[in-house]
Amino acid sequence: MSVNYLNEKKGLTSWLFTLDHKRIGILYMITVFTFFLVGGVFALLMRLELFGAGETFIPASVYNQFMTFHGAIMVFMVIIPGIPAFLGNFFLPLQIGAKDVAFPRVNLLSWYCLIVGSIVALCSLFFNGVDTGWTFYTPYSIRTDNGTLWVVLGAFIMGFSSILTGLNFIVTVHTLRAKGMGFFQLPLFVWSLYSTAIIQVLATPVLAITLLLLSAERIMGIGIFDPKLGGDPVLFQHFFWFYSHPAVYIMILPAMGVISELITTFSRKTIFGYKAIAFSSVGIAAVSFFVWGHHMFVSGQSEWVGVLFSFLTMLVGVPTAIKVFNWVATMYQGSIKFDTPMLYANGFLFLFVIGGVTGIMLATLAFDVHVHDTYFVVAHFHYVMVGGTLMAITGGLYYWLPKMFGRMYNEFWGRISFFLIFVGFNVTFFPQFILGFMGMPRRYHDYVPAYEPLNQLSTFGSWMIGLGFVVVFFVVLQALFKGEKASSNPWGAVTLEWQTDSPPPHENFHKTPVVGKNPYEYS
Amino acid sequence: MLYLLINSAEAAWLPVAATDLAKEVDQLIYFLLEISVLASILVIGGFVYFSIRFRRKSEADKPPAITHHYLLEFLWSFIPFVIFMFVFGWGWLVYDKMRDHPKNALEIHVYGQMWNWDFVYKNGRKSSRVLTVPVDKPVKLIMSSRDVIHSFFIPSFRIKQDVLPGSYTALSFTARKKGKFPVFCAEFCGAGHSSMLATVHVMGLREWEEWLVKDPYKGMSISQIGESVFQKSCTACHTATQEKRIGPGLAGLFGAKREFEKGGSLVVDENYIRESILNPSARVVKGYGNMMTPFAGLLQEEEMTGLIEYIKSLKIEQKDK
Ligand code: HEC
Ligand code: HEM
Ligand SMILES: [Cu+2]
Ligand SMILES: [Cu+2]
Repeated sequence: MSVNYLNEKKGLTSWLFTLDHKRIGILYMITVFTFFLVGGVFALLMRLELFGAGETFIPASVYNQFMTFHGAIMVFMVIIPGIPAFLGNFFLPLQIGAKDVAFPRVNLLSWYCLIVGSIVALCSLFFNGVDTGWTFYTPYSIRTDNGTLWVVLGAFIMGFSSILTGLNFIVTVHTLRAKGMGFFQLPLFVWSLYSTAIIQVLATPVLAITLLLLSAERIMGIGIFDPKLGGDPVLFQHFFWFYSHPAVYIMILPAMGVISELITTFSRKTIFGYKAIAFSSVGIAAVSFFVWGHHMFVSGQSEWVGVLFSFLTMLVGVPTAIKVFNWVATMYQGSIKFDTPMLYANGFLFLFVIGGVTGIMLATLAFDVHVHDTYFVVAHFHYVMVGGTLMAITGGLYYWLPKMFGRMYNEFWGRISFFLIFVGFNVTFFPQFILGFMGMPRRYHDYVPAYEPLNQLSTFGSWMIGLGFVVVFFVVLQALFKGEKASSNPWGAVTLEWQTDSPPPHENFHKTPVVGKNPYEYS
Repeated sequence: MLYLLINSAEAAWLPVAATDLAKEVDQLIYFLLEISVLASILVIGGFVYFSIRFRRKSEADKPPAITHHYLLEFLWSFIPFVIFMFVFGWGWLVYDKMRDHPKNALEIHVYGQMWNWDFVYKNGRKSSRVLTVPVDKPVKLIMSSRDVIHSFFIPSFRIKQDVLPGSYTALSFTARKKGKFPVFCAEFCGAGHSSMLATVHVMGLREWEEWLVKDPYKGMSISQIGESVFQKSCTACHTATQEKRIGPGLAGLFGAKREFEKGGSLVVDENYIRESILNPSARVVKGYGNMMTPFAGLLQEEEMTGLIEYIKSLKIEQKDK
């Protein structure tokens, strides 16, 4: 094998202190998938407990800790860093024809922030755990056990990882584009990362401040959230969602970018409505700052505030719908090939449409009052985050695996993994919409017997998803060690990363890549 | 405990709609469902059809470069926008009715606390876990919490409202069906969240008026009164045996020796039990968290005495091997 970023230096320290964006991307990959495994095990255990009404095998206090760990790990350590810090780190510089990101040292620092933050969060395990849910609502989070402080602090530190990555990407996109590459020659994946980065930089500090205030409230009793001291517990919810709503776009925008890449490549056709997709990313990013109140329609906020937030949320629906139509239009008259990544892209479309329409339902005031904080919401956000983002990460992993490691994966087993995950996902989460209509609240360790059959179905589904990801794991391992050698461009794709070797050399390109007029010039 | 809960959760779909407003909400729900299914079929059907129709036939395929189509793009932005505005308006209209509190409504105070619902009626009558209301009369619940945030959710009425510590929120309804309807706590509040249940018992006006003036403890011995308070207010955290829940099991407590989190110990007497109930954080039992809500001001004297006598009467079962 020729010299490339993988074999150019050897030894553990060459990885732990690397400044190469590709190696840092791989570090993130290992980290994110490890956390995904942990979060996934918690999820399976929860579903197992919910298999029957009554206490099955874990008591409520432990269940609530599992729920909190599952949610916090999946949000802060899997989905938020998942696409930007792993796939983005690796491919953003390659796609714009750069040698690296603008600040390689800051890039490494951001990975360490994630690691230190997660270690601090795990310390909570020694202090009676945390049982607040990933939302840390006050005043419960002020009263409950001390473990909360560690997780809050951990999330605070991890926030810096997110901010630093975002900052790095913004500067990189502005300063390091290859000659001849204007903003409208950027691949859409880069556009989506750029929009995401703006949110990361602007919103994450608000989370940081909120978490600091919460810690100060717990330690010193400053009386800002605690009603006993004259504070307002609902203020916390405003602060929290002011970050966390934009954060759901940190989770989904990059996924949309990946899907844009997959659909053009496997349809061999230029993207339909390039500018519409690019601008809708930025539009979503901007409006996303003004919709947080849709999480609080029944929190006691005034009716007019509720109406305003409902209206603004409907507005976000429009650019989101536009993107979906553009992807479908791209497939029109294409030359479509269903390799595994494309299967995942179609899986994404299918599930994201359901996640999207249920989102509009939830934005409708009177509808939300009934299903707020029920399993309908659990189903909705899993359709968006798992059906959307996680499908995109997995599809992206298959798509770029040949580039990252120079090896092909096994197509047959790749497809099997898709069917298991796709079918399992629907079996797990579709029944939860119905449970929500029936009135089953979320974060319930136990439920009335009428809810049992659908919960059992949902638990069966979770095993299928679990199995699907085990298959993914083995497909990747097999590819790494025994996979066929990949050519530099196995899919016939046209973005710049496919102009260099697989795997790429240390500084990405042997000769300056050629930038075309249209990033998706197929014909 | 949960198995005791009632018929109307049985429906395999939306629970029975027991108010007029609930029926209006259902119309909205059905409309949203229909249009969503239609939209999903169009989009999903579209790309599934394209996937089959335009699959790659040979590596030499040359798809056309279609970059945009202004009319189409305008339509698929504008039509969703109109639909969204329509459902927004409809949702608002119904929501506005939910927030409308009739002036002549019968007012009942609701208190949430970990993990119990208490109801206080205008004449001073109290109940726990069962909210009793007359049929066909507007009712307004004035709600607050004694500790953390809870949420009062009546699926059959399609309404829900968070219950906050330190301020009041309200919920209004006019029940049109007699019967018992479940109430869930819908805001996470700790270990007992999923057992923080109640029932709305809708009855005829006459029957309700009789219920309102009935002395709930009539003809009971002092320790029976204690037992009935215990069943309503304490079983979320305590058992009448030695089994632990959130708090210690209370059997055999009287006369036993207790050690405390902050050090010190004593032999349990009436004063200690009284203090444990009224001001539990004064001495927190070793091995437990400071989780118990203070009952100071919430119990009448006969209830307090009843509880003490009842707890004294709880003996450790001899069957234990
Ligand atoms: C939210 C849960 C909760 C509820 C409801 C609750 N308790 Fe407690 N209780 C606890 C906990 C936890 C402890 C142990 C810590 C402490 O001493 O405060 C405790 C301790 C006690 C003790 C002292 C027990 C001992 O072993 O020394 C008594 C007596 C008691 N509770 C009585 C009651 C009575 C009577 C009620 C109902 C009116 C009640 N509790 C309701 C949680 C609860
Ligand atoms: C393997 C598939 C998964 C299963 C079976 C699963 C299952 C569950 C269950 C049972 C809950 C508790 C619901 C409740 O009572 O509120 C939950 C909550 C949650 N899940 Fe998942 N989950 C899965 C994957 C994911 C992924 C990939 C994410 C990534 C974003 C995720 C994010 C969340 C979040 C944020 C919560 C809310 C936690 C909270 O309420 O604090 N889940 N999940
Ligand atoms: Cu939101
Ligand atoms: Cu609750």
